[in-house]
Amino acid sequence: MAVPPESDKKDFFPALELKAAAFSLPVLRLLNQDLASIAEQLDAKIRQAPGFFRHAPVVIDVSSLSEEDPVAFPPLLRLLRDHNLIPVGIRGGTPAQNRAAQGVKLAVLNESIQTVRANAAEPKGEESPAPRFKIVTRPVRSGQRIYAPGGDLSVIAPVSSGAEIMADGNIHVYGPLRGRALAGMQGDLNARIFCQNLQADLVSVAGRYRVSENIPAELKGHAVQVFLEQESIRIERL
Amino acid sequence: MAKIIVITSGKGGVGKTTTAASISMGLAQRGHRTVVIDFDVGLRNLDLIMGCERRVVYDFVHVINGEANLSQALIRDKRCDALYVLPASQTRDKEALTKEGVGKVLETLSQTYDYIVCDSPAGIEHGANMAMYYADDAIVVTNPEVSSVRDSDRMLGILASKSRRAENNEEPIREYLLLTRYVPERVQRGEMLSVEDVQEILSLELLGVIPESQAVLNASNSGIPVILDAESDAGQAYRDVVARYLGEDVPHRFLDTRKKGFLSRLLGS
Repeated sequence: MAVPPESDKKDFFPALELKAAAFSLPVLRLLNQDLASIAEQLDAKIRQAPGFFRHAPVVIDVSSLSEEDPVAFPPLLRLLRDHNLIPVGIRGGTPAQNRAAQGVKLAVLNESIQTVRANAAEPKGEESPAPRFKIVTRPVRSGQRIYAPGGDLSVIAPVSSGAEIMADGNIHVYGPLRGRALAGMQGDLNARIFCQNLQADLVSVAGRYRVSENIPAELKGHAVQVFLEQESIRIERL
Repeated sequence: MAKIIVITSGKGGVGKTTTAASISMGLAQRGHRTVVIDFDVGLRNLDLIMGCERRVVYDFVHVINGEANLSQALIRDKRCDALYVLPASQTRDKEALTKEGVGKVLETLSQTYDYIVCDSPAGIEHGANMAMYYADDAIVVTNPEVSSVRDSDRMLGILASKSRRAENNEEPIREYLLLTRYVPERVQRGEMLSVEDVQEILSLELLGVIPESQAVLNASNSGIPVILDAESDAGQAYRDVVARYLGEDVPHRFLDTRKKGFLSRLLGS
């Protein structure tokens, strides 16, 4: 799918590709700099959805802080990392605040994350933000549609017949999968579907699909993975 | 603050109104001040099942439109002082139920009552949405057959995404499964889904199983909630359901085929 940037040279073996990608990241807007109350309130937030915040990249929004106040970045970063968050950049800073952020290896993000990521790619590197993912813990009922744009979808509950789960990346279902599962919605041929108990109405990877009628009976009810092999759907027991 | 319970299913004819009548009567008999509301505007039945159809003057829609006040529209049950019925209008359509209007009525009621039981119409349209929107708890009435199970599943999805609790990101509605019109003999013959089958598909806490019973039809025809027929299996099953809903630990009954009596064994039938 992806064309290497210098495909005209036949003997050129690319070691990397540069691509633009849009990620949506949680933004942590600071309303003051009282570290104790930040820690306490962050604790409460994370307790509501521990899985969602674990190793989640976050952008620090400083636009609500007073402009003269220098932001005490080192203790703030330590606090975020102690909460298993990965601070990747700041937003809404004054020039002085931005310089301070760059001093502690934070990217300075503008309004649109996508445009900045192209510029900010080179100073970063070791801390590339994890792609967006979605975790669903309640049963997905007939008629419900769940989409994880830009990443993986994990469902830790049954997916009912008539429900539809979709992801740009992989799909994982820990429970019976009875509905429709569509991985690689943006055309990623490497996306896969993993499930503990396959009873799906339909499985699809990057637009190729297989309906229930065409899924061999011996695979039904088993833990399987669904992936593409030479652009056609393959289902294999795990 | 009253607890608001919606009796819902998606599919029609599965026993929502029978259930609403019996559960509200059961709660009231235990001394909880209870009001049961018919949300099936245009196709009202609850008044018939409750046996108060000849006493309806004003209805739910009158109250919402401010044409009558609640005390004029509420009908006190003659058998139980703690139970009131708010009938639906037969001459209007479901659009008469506005979110604000319903909310206001429920709020007023919840100051005086312990339980508000909302009898939902079938379907997943406006009427059913209004019945479930403000609910704290939902009892999903399901028959042991595939179309009913799928419709219940759909309704559960709507409860999880379109209710007030879902919209305000509050703790989700507590959902219970009530399996009705169950015939253990037919389950054994493989003609009907078993309790386990249904639970496996819906993965929901089982509140009770109501056996298929002639007593239900008899009770409906005579305007008596079947829970008052203490002799009948369905009436006893509803009593168990109310007890379980209130947190008592009651074993499930009526799940197995009836043991043949001495006489019928003797006669070989």
